[in-house]
Amino acid sequence: MLERTGIPTPKQIEAIKPSGERLAKGPVAIVECFQEIPCDPCYTACKRGGFLPFEDINDLPKTDDEKCNGCGICVGFCPGLAVFIVDETYSETEALVTIPWEFSRLPAEGSQVWGLDREGKEAARVTVKTVRKSPKKNGAHMLTLIVPKEKAYDIRSISHKE
Amino acid sequence: MRIENHPILTFEKGPKVKFIFDGKEMEGFEGEPVAAALHAAGVRVLSHSQIHNRPRGFWCAIGNCSSCNMRIDGVPNVRSCVEPLKEGMTVETQKGKGDLNA
Amino acid sequence: MLKTDVLVIGAGPAGLKAALSAAGQGAEVILVERDPFLGGQLVKQTHMFFGSKEQYASERGINIGKILARDVDENEKIRILKDTTALGYYEDKRVAIESQGKFETVDNKALIVTTGAQENTLVFPNCDLPGIYGAGAVQTLMNVHGVVPGNKVAMVGAGNIGVIVSYQLLQAGIDVVAIIEALPKIGAYLVHASKVRRMGVPILTSHTVIEAQGTERLERVVIAKIDDKWQPVPGTEQTLEVDVLCVSVGLTPLTELLFMAGCRMAHIGELGGHVALRDKNMETSVSNIFVAGDVSGIEEASAAMVEGQVAGLTAARNLGYGLEDYEEKVTAAQRELDNLRRGPVGGKIRAGLEKLYKEGEVAV
Repeated sequence: MLERTGIPTPKQIEAIKPSGERLAKGPVAIVECFQEIPCDPCYTACKRGGFLPFEDINDLPKTDDEKCNGCGICVGFCPGLAVFIVDETYSETEALVTIPWEFSRLPAEGSQVWGLDREGKEAARVTVKTVRKSPKKNGAHMLTLIVPKEKAYDIRSISHKE
Repeated sequence: MRIENHPILTFEKGPKVKFIFDGKEMEGFEGEPVAAALHAAGVRVLSHSQIHNRPRGFWCAIGNCSSCNMRIDGVPNVRSCVEPLKEGMTVETQKGKGDLNA
Repeated sequence: MLKTDVLVIGAGPAGLKAALSAAGQGAEVILVERDPFLGGQLVKQTHMFFGSKEQYASERGINIGKILARDVDENEKIRILKDTTALGYYEDKRVAIESQGKFETVDNKALIVTTGAQENTLVFPNCDLPGIYGAGAVQTLMNVHGVVPGNKVAMVGAGNIGVIVSYQLLQAGIDVVAIIEALPKIGAYLVHASKVRRMGVPILTSHTVIEAQGTERLERVVIAKIDDKWQPVPGTEQTLEVDVLCVSVGLTPLTELLFMAGCRMAHIGELGGHVALRDKNMETSVSNIFVAGDVSGIEEASAAMVEGQVAGLTAARNLGYGLEDYEEKVTAAQRELDNLRRGPVGGKIRAGLEKLYKEGEVAV
């Protein structure tokens, strides 16, 4: 369980998944924030209303998946690096997963690397589609990975070693 | 060892200087703490405990504790974790409480 | 002898904000800092901060330090004394300082103590071997001085500092073999824990250090599972081959000056140890002596900044500065503090403050 290991449970992940209908429309933010902490930059960074207003700064973020277009601004602003973008429409068998990235290793676009799951275990070989700087000043990089569709909710990192 | 690549930080260092540690010539960067230069050069033992003579390294690295006290340019009990390194400094591992007359 | 309205001791997040707030109301301020730079421990915080816009949320700690230091530098009402250590508090209310090798005293009408905290130690066999360092110390070594602390690191403590420093070790290219936590639950914000976990670092809750081994320096650490009575479970011992063990088991407020000044003190575990009794405006039992930040109770830097604001505003008000907008400003800051502490992660600080205020009533 998350409090003992740092790994969110499948149940927690299932609960934040957007509807299948929404996923079929294109990229959308997946916010893996499961603890009420005093923090609201995701909400203030999004100018599209993709996050519902916080009544209390300790509220869990709630997304409005219809307003979210998966632009990824919140990925760079989340101090907990807990926001990912999933695009299930990439191809028949593959999805795009965008992750925040704060390590020196910047893999070449088009290269193959191991995608890691929430335990840091190698889940599948993935292709690095894009490496870009987050639009936020001093922000993290954002890596967009092409992953097997069935791993779109498992792969959340790559190895930081070459 | 020094950090070569860092995703967030760049390290601005002063000019390279030479100093003497327990009789051996060493290199570090001017202005960095003596303990940092020693650590980068692989030195871990900075002092010895007063009663049992156990080896001690640094503990807090910000000048709160006394684990890193060394004899620097003849002065005992200098906190090497916050003492800026200078060209030609003489740095010695301290034994015991430190003697001003030694 | 130097003279000022407000003397602030310590230029970390609380002290910088205290100086800015007091000066903003019109008071003359002297800000004393023992390091040759401003920012306190913000200078090594490479992660983005939580909170809201008011506390620079989403900005990296190092940059918050730079923003505040620049504001202080540009403020004509603030005289900065770097490389200056406060030595003692005297009965005539003057504070003795050693400033760049010279002894001085500072006459002040109000004193704001923002001296921060020190890292706690943990006792186990061979806990004094070189290679066993405070987690904050390792953070200083790598993030301020750019020095690699070692090849393989184990971390004791899964609070925010332990988990954040573990992540920063990975960022510096150093292996972290495990985070060991005696409590059954992770104390850090879970998003921090998850980001370290997904880089492959195991977080071993209900585990403790049995002993460290090595001759001149740390060579390995033996850890074991503990049961619900905190006893090691036989047969669960594991040996970790590491040359660095970081200890991150809490902080203790640096309160020496407050004891010297005769502030009424109380030992409150939730706040990290001895703290000065104080009111909601951060004023201690000695009139015109204020506290803010970790010295007043261990908490996040975001809260420290707001506490500094409250102390600075109130110190200035006590001296007759900024009377016209004091209420409005201090109320807004108090509201920020309440917001930061309201949620489930604020439970410990709320419990500590409740005890502190209760203790204060008894003292009166």
